[in-house]
Amino acid sequence: MAEQRSINQILALLVVALGLTLGGCGSKPVKPAPSTAQTESNAGAQSEGANAANAAGGGVAGNQDETTGPQAGLLATRIVYFDFDSAVIQGAGVDVVAAHAKYLAANPQARVRLEGNTDERGSREYNIGLGDRRAQSVRRALLLQGVAEGQLTTVSYGEERPADPGHDEAAWAKNRRVEIVYLTPAGQPAVPAKP
Amino acid sequence: MHRCPNRLTLRAWLTLAAVLAIGGGAAPEARAALQIEITSGVRDPIPIAIVPFAPASPADGGLDVAGVVQHDLEGSGRFRALPRERMPATPTRAEAISAADWKGVGSDYVAVGRLAVLENGTLAVDFDLVNTLTGVRLATQRFTGPASALRNAAHRVSDAIYQKILGVRGAFATRIAYVSIDGAPPAQHYQLIVADADGENAHLILDSRFPIMSPAWSPDGQWLAYVSFESKLSGVYVQRVRTGERSLVSARAGINGAPAWSPDGRKLALTLGGSNGNPDIYVLDLTTQGLTRITDDPAIDTEPEWAPDGRSLYFTSDRAGSPQIYQISASGGRPKRITFEGNYNARPRVSADGSTLAMVTLDGGGYRIAVQDLATGAVRVLSHGHLDESPSFAPNGATLLYSQRESSRGTLATISVDGLTGLRLKAQQAAVCDPAWGPFGT
Repeated sequence: MAEQRSINQILALLVVALGLTLGGCGSKPVKPAPSTAQTESNAGAQSEGANAANAAGGGVAGNQDETTGPQAGLLATRIVYFDFDSAVIQGAGVDVVAAHAKYLAANPQARVRLEGNTDERGSREYNIGLGDRRAQSVRRALLLQGVAEGQLTTVSYGEERPADPGHDEAAWAKNRRVEIVYLTPAGQPAVPAKP
Repeated sequence: MHRCPNRLTLRAWLTLAAVLAIGGGAAPEARAALQIEITSGVRDPIPIAIVPFAPASPADGGLDVAGVVQHDLEGSGRFRALPRERMPATPTRAEAISAADWKGVGSDYVAVGRLAVLENGTLAVDFDLVNTLTGVRLATQRFTGPASALRNAAHRVSDAIYQKILGVRGAFATRIAYVSIDGAPPAQHYQLIVADADGENAHLILDSRFPIMSPAWSPDGQWLAYVSFESKLSGVYVQRVRTGERSLVSARAGINGAPAWSPDGRKLALTLGGSNGNPDIYVLDLTTQGLTRITDDPAIDTEPEWAPDGRSLYFTSDRAGSPQIYQISASGGRPKRITFEGNYNARPRVSADGSTLAMVTLDGGGYRIAVQDLATGAVRVLSHGHLDESPSFAPNGATLLYSQRESSRGTLATISVDGLTGLRLKAQQAAVCDPAWGPFGT
């Protein structure tokens, strides 16, 4: 941790020195505290992220907020896919959402974040709106099936966080999605996920 | 029409990454060094000679001021510079120019100049511009400043030459902001970078494992507003470019996005989604933190852009089924639809004179950059890509900067509003996107 801090200090000095050398504005970069792993698939990185966040000692706190969550049956499936330009849950997604609704309704302390995403086509901020529409579609389905509002938060990443970096229909189909991310239950300290 | 593809590589390399690498492996680097290529230029660029300026070593740090000017002017696609080895002489003052000699080697204009250290220690850059056909001296100008600002002074020389010859203020002494993304999912790495308009002098503004998007310059060029997902949820931040000082101005439930500064710099227009997911346009007073709702419609309303007079806002809405651009009074009310051609028009940007709207339009299967004359409604599609996005006007209104997808990687590109000249600004390692062209310097 001490090493991390000293590197940050060296960096700040370097950048200031650079600003003086190269002229113009010596902008000091702001590095947000590294956050925890973003999905269950790399949950092993969480403790490392937490340490780095502590070491950075400021900025927006890293979210040490995710847990593995339930894994039985359909609950292990955390992604709901969508057709192009659609926020309608259909096909396998209906059952996936129903399974999570049942679990969340039965476990009122459980919380999830619904992360909406789009493919890369079109305007970025408009895509944030489309991703939000998808996240809201899942949220409404969960609410209708007995989940409490306080268990749900939504975010849209639009086209900014593709699951597949490709640029064809196969990749786009994987990117039009809502990810259901289980969070640490309210009021409990963060527990590192099991690898 | 007058498209003349040439492949002039101007080598605008960034040195920041190499220098920062000394700092150790953990140090974030600005990875998106930009290299400029002219993709289309006018058929008959204006021949000009930029003679090496008399140096003031060591104060000038060895900077080749004439080289920077030549790079700028050629990069505009409007000029062709005489190679130095073909120059008949190396004058540094207008009096020493023999117009006939330069006319003889085909240069219509000659620029000469010299650097000097003033008594107070600052540097002066003097230049003269001569028309070799008439022998008339078109400009004699001096720019002064600290040695650290010498590159900026060189860009100001470029601006002056551009204006004298073409009658339009140059936008070389300006800056751009953009986002670079590298790494494969789910380990992408995002950086917000500010650079000179030629891609040089890049500075890292923000480094994050979570998306950064929609950088927007304050009208005075001192601040950037942007969206960062560093908390995993969206937040709108404003950050002073010079110092890194920043504050979180909106982290409400749902979407916080698409910040746009009012022309007086006191307010930000934003998109807020709320926990129930209804993206609408709001105006946030940066002094009082007061929030005013501008639109109220169940559709997606986003991407606000102020009219230059600050009295109205343009925005994207799919209230009619597909995204189109609307205009609404800055105090709210009933919006007026602005775009009618095609079924996808988004991300409005308005030229500084208020005459022209730029947008992303779906045209022939590709998302392309188009402009619409706001007086006549006439639309012209300017770009030719498949995934062109994020148009941003140069402050002189002559050029648009935008992002494109080229062989699986994002690059930046420019296209002149008349459609004649284009450039590509390509990063060596990272994908770059979401550019914003800053205002004129003061």
